[in-house]
Amino acid sequence: MSASTVSRAASPLRPRLLGRSVVNLVVLVSVLYTLLPVLWLVLASTKNRDALFSSDILSLSDFSFVQNMKDLFAMDGGLFGRWYGNSLLYAVLGAALGALISVACGYAFDKYRFAHKEKLFGLVLAAVMVPQTVLALPLYLMASSAGLVNTFWAVFIPVLFNPFGVYLGRIFSQGYVPDEVLEAARMDGAGELAAYFRVALRMLGPGLVTVFLFQLTAIWNNFFLPMVMLSDQDLYPVSLGLYSWNSAASVSPEYYPVVIMGSLLAVLPLILAFAMLQRFWRSGLTAGAVK
Amino acid sequence: MTSTAPVSVPADATARPSPRSPAAPAPEARRSARRRELVACGVLMTPFFVLLVTVFLIPVATAVRLSFFSDDQPGLGFGPERTVFAGLRNYTAVLADPTFLGGLGVVALYCLVYIPLMVIGALVLALLLDSGVVRMRGTVQLALFLPHAVPGIIAALIWLYLYTPGISPVIDLLGRADLTVDFLGVHMVLPSIVNIALWSNLGYNMVVFYAALQAVPREVIEASVVDGAGPVRTALQVKAPLVRSSIVMVAMFTLIFALQLFTEPMLLSQSTPMINSRFSPSMYIYDAAFTRNNYGLAAAASVILLLCTIALSYGVTRWTNRSNAAEEGAR
Repeated sequence: MSASTVSRAASPLRPRLLGRSVVNLVVLVSVLYTLLPVLWLVLASTKNRDALFSSDILSLSDFSFVQNMKDLFAMDGGLFGRWYGNSLLYAVLGAALGALISVACGYAFDKYRFAHKEKLFGLVLAAVMVPQTVLALPLYLMASSAGLVNTFWAVFIPVLFNPFGVYLGRIFSQGYVPDEVLEAARMDGAGELAAYFRVALRMLGPGLVTVFLFQLTAIWNNFFLPMVMLSDQDLYPVSLGLYSWNSAASVSPEYYPVVIMGSLLAVLPLILAFAMLQRFWRSGLTAGAVK
Repeated sequence: MTSTAPVSVPADATARPSPRSPAAPAPEARRSARRRELVACGVLMTPFFVLLVTVFLIPVATAVRLSFFSDDQPGLGFGPERTVFAGLRNYTAVLADPTFLGGLGVVALYCLVYIPLMVIGALVLALLLDSGVVRMRGTVQLALFLPHAVPGIIAALIWLYLYTPGISPVIDLLGRADLTVDFLGVHMVLPSIVNIALWSNLGYNMVVFYAALQAVPREVIEASVVDGAGPVRTALQVKAPLVRSSIVMVAMFTLIFALQLFTEPMLLSQSTPMINSRFSPSMYIYDAAFTRNNYGLAAAASVILLLCTIALSYGVTRWTNRSNAAEEGAR
């Protein structure tokens, strides 16, 4: 043991410097791998159709960012603006409501005792792994018999369901809400629900934001369910709308710059959300991983 | 209805009974307190469980039920359709369908390539970041995480354009070096899909591993350095085993989502004949249900996909538990 300590201390500086640069090089290449496609999207959004197909991506000679933006919102009678609004509605409202529902349930799993608790929790966990494609057809048939196919609700109600949020809610409740605090609230004569809404919910705030963010991402990304449920283009979210425009692009290439510009705009909200709420999702990931 | 990727979480996170024992007041007061607790518990849980029943349990039950029925058209397709009990006929039809088996094969191959690449790649990056020699760690993490904020369909779109000759600067550059690669050709189409998935999720899983590594007590690492382990050995033999539960979790979620492969091939299929409408089991289900309107067939394929998912997840858990036990035993 001591021999190797000595040999390590005596090891020449050069290999370690080499190791350092190799490590930094590997990390740099990975960063380029993740960044360059996004950078390409930004550059491509400044090109008109001809420049997109012919010129060098880095040349700024055919700068038509503004024109592309105008085209995007004018295309097909301003459909894109509608899609964007729909996506915001599905995602922000759905994630807010969904996070409240899941965290409340996770909290109850943590703080209360009742029969078959762990079995029920197992059922919640099992729901995480069931493929969405398995649920899509039955959901479609149910929505169809309820007259909800091709309405806002057909997409909105299923996305509220977030079993993973319950799991996180339980962990956050364990970590952030000490039983003593609830006991104190009860001593002060607060009812159980008042204790949750006035005391516990505030302490669960960061966890709630984390669950919200995960669900926001999931709903913003949602593609399969809207594709199954919606046929009215006015109800499409951005993901499905761009998919349909992209399929049109192979026949009519004037859609290409529009799809690229639309993709760029579709990326922005989540980047903004992650940048603004960095503190929360980082702590959320850590809370999940550290325990 | 989520496609959230995993946050790494401990296997035993739920094993704590919640202590609830006030200093023994009068029995009837305690009983009414208990009742109030149960009512509150019910109120907090009801919204979620209403959703669980309506958008999860009933649909799963419906899928299973549908898989045993089929639509019969008596009299050469004239006359009213009847739904008749079909026994296992839908299952035999699906399992005898070469396009479905082909789809299973595609997904199996995809998993075999994608999951090891993802887990090892994310872990190596996290270990490198944790080694302390990387500069600008915060910025690097954010940059690697960025693709997670790009919706799956947009990621597929970006890469589709990067795979399209004429638009793609990548193909242009390769062309200047006299290399022609057809990213959407018969041999490259699966690696191309793996690349899209890898690009989307690598950074996210790296952050999960990195968070777990940060939680490893520094004394453990210092001890291994004192023992003379170099940085590489410390990383592989000390740190990596300590974040085992995160590794299993990431592998499991990656597997579950990989089995559902749909979005990327669906988008690429708009541009390449190499991807047909039944390329993966999920695309097969979509095609059977909404193009061919054969609900029984789609339901049977769904149940088979579900069973595969359950079996594989169970296998992973069992295998982990066993090797955990073996490790415990070895100590």
